[in-house]
Amino acid sequence: MSEPVLEIHDLRKSFGALKATDGVSLELRPGQIHALIGPNGAGKSTLIHQIAGSLKADSGTIRFLGRDIGGLDMAARARLGLARSFQISSLAQEFSALRNVMLAVQARQGSSFRFFRQVTDDKTLTEPAMAMLERVGLATRAHVPAAELSHGERRQLEIAIALALSPRAFLFDEPMAGMGPEGSKRLTSFLDELRHQAPMLLVEHDMDAVFALADRVSVLVYGRIIASGTVDEIRSDPDVRRAYLGETA
Amino acid sequence: MSRETTVNLLLALLLLGAPLVAAGMGEPFYVTLATRVVVLALAAVGLNLALGLGGLLSFGHAAFFGLGGYVAGILATHAFNAEPLFADIPGTTSMPLIWMTAVAVAGLVALPIGAISLRTSGVYFIMITLAFAQMIYYFAISWPAYGGEDGLSLSMRNAFPGVNTAKPLPYFLICYAALMGALLLFRIIEGSRFGSALQAARQNGTRLAAVGIAPFSIRLVAFAASAMITGFAGALYADLNRFVGPSMLSWHMSGELIVLIILGGKGRLFGPVAGAMIFVFFEYVLGGITERWQFFLGLILLGIVLFARGGLLGLLCGKPRHV
Repeated sequence: MSEPVLEIHDLRKSFGALKATDGVSLELRPGQIHALIGPNGAGKSTLIHQIAGSLKADSGTIRFLGRDIGGLDMAARARLGLARSFQISSLAQEFSALRNVMLAVQARQGSSFRFFRQVTDDKTLTEPAMAMLERVGLATRAHVPAAELSHGERRQLEIAIALALSPRAFLFDEPMAGMGPEGSKRLTSFLDELRHQAPMLLVEHDMDAVFALADRVSVLVYGRIIASGTVDEIRSDPDVRRAYLGETA
Repeated sequence: MSRETTVNLLLALLLLGAPLVAAGMGEPFYVTLATRVVVLALAAVGLNLALGLGGLLSFGHAAFFGLGGYVAGILATHAFNAEPLFADIPGTTSMPLIWMTAVAVAGLVALPIGAISLRTSGVYFIMITLAFAQMIYYFAISWPAYGGEDGLSLSMRNAFPGVNTAKPLPYFLICYAALMGALLLFRIIEGSRFGSALQAARQNGTRLAAVGIAPFSIRLVAFAASAMITGFAGALYADLNRFVGPSMLSWHMSGELIVLIILGGKGRLFGPVAGAMIFVFFEYVLGGITERWQFFLGLILLGIVLFARGGLLGLLCGKPRHV
């Protein structure tokens, strides 16, 4: 089997006495969707923050494309090809949807220290950005400021931005949160396609989506991975049933 | 043409037309008053780059304004006394040379100040930029070689090739051209990749970092560029008054520049211009009626902050929109 794209080993992070990440190890391999599930407060978002670089781990290693990225800041990790979405949409609110995606295209192309050419006439920015918005079905809303988009549209925009980075791995933190059943269904099939572009670490509460998408599932409870395996293995794991899935499984 | 463009054009024409008329009527005082508007506006265009586009509330831009002024004063004094500056380097009374030096000095000083200040944000950033500016202020006061507390007087205005700068109108036109150039530069930067990143850093620094652009370096370059424009304005201000003193470096000056931007419209191209026009107008009109004119300016500022966040341009043209 091919080398893992993302490899996390014995990651630890405490906030005072609270062990938010308590010796987590996991791997993300090419073509995979690896879902991370667990009850609220299990430390899923904290883990995503540490991988993306917005929080620093206390100890442990994070290897991405064979390289230890523990010492890099968020921007450097993004440049290496780690694209994340945020649990709560995080956008440049005054910019239109298109300008938000153009920013990612610009970052992907390299230097932002260009002071003269106007971005709005720059087809090398506008065209790829528009193509990404089309892919997520947001093309008709391209010129609407991010602040005026609906909740679901903002989730789509986050994904368009991640796509525009042509990343080597996606980190998605609850992309379905707050979307209606129709939206979730569409997004599920979209993410299903996306795995061919780059593997994905997916934090998600929507179990239908997780079970439909995931190649592997890891269950995080109180900062520890209590089980990791295929969807079927996780569904039948007694610990998981007790800790998390409970009556719904 | 959008409404904002129309308003901007009218402001630019008014600012050019009024002193031309005044000069025609033999009222040089008003030409000098208009030059004051133009130079303060230029200083505020510089700050607007950091504050308006980048959201960096620098409370220390007087440092760069004053540095520009002192560059003009020091170079001119050395040239006048025929004393070399260091070793063999002479002073100069050539405005273009003085401007280039002022811009370079302001930029070089802004880099370390920015590199340290930008590690903080919010109220700490405000305080640390203030602290740096006050350090330079006290240094100027305690340095007797260049006048200390009394400042430096320029015996005559510096020279610009082919222009009689001693006359108010030609000097106004030089400053006006500099302001228009700076506004053009501001507009170009605003629409560039760098400007996009800078505005995104203001709106959401985490988002910018998440796409792989480090906000720190973007902000640092913006801070230095902003200081350079303000430093340029400082050199023009010294020549306007034929005087440079520590008051140009004091925190009142930093505050005044912020007030100009709030009055006119933060982040708007012509915000500093509108702000400087209002400010100098009230300074002159209210100042003629009462010594306490700043009390009334305070009331106006209060009104704007409470009821018209976008300043005068926000009131006239509504919210800015990014396509």
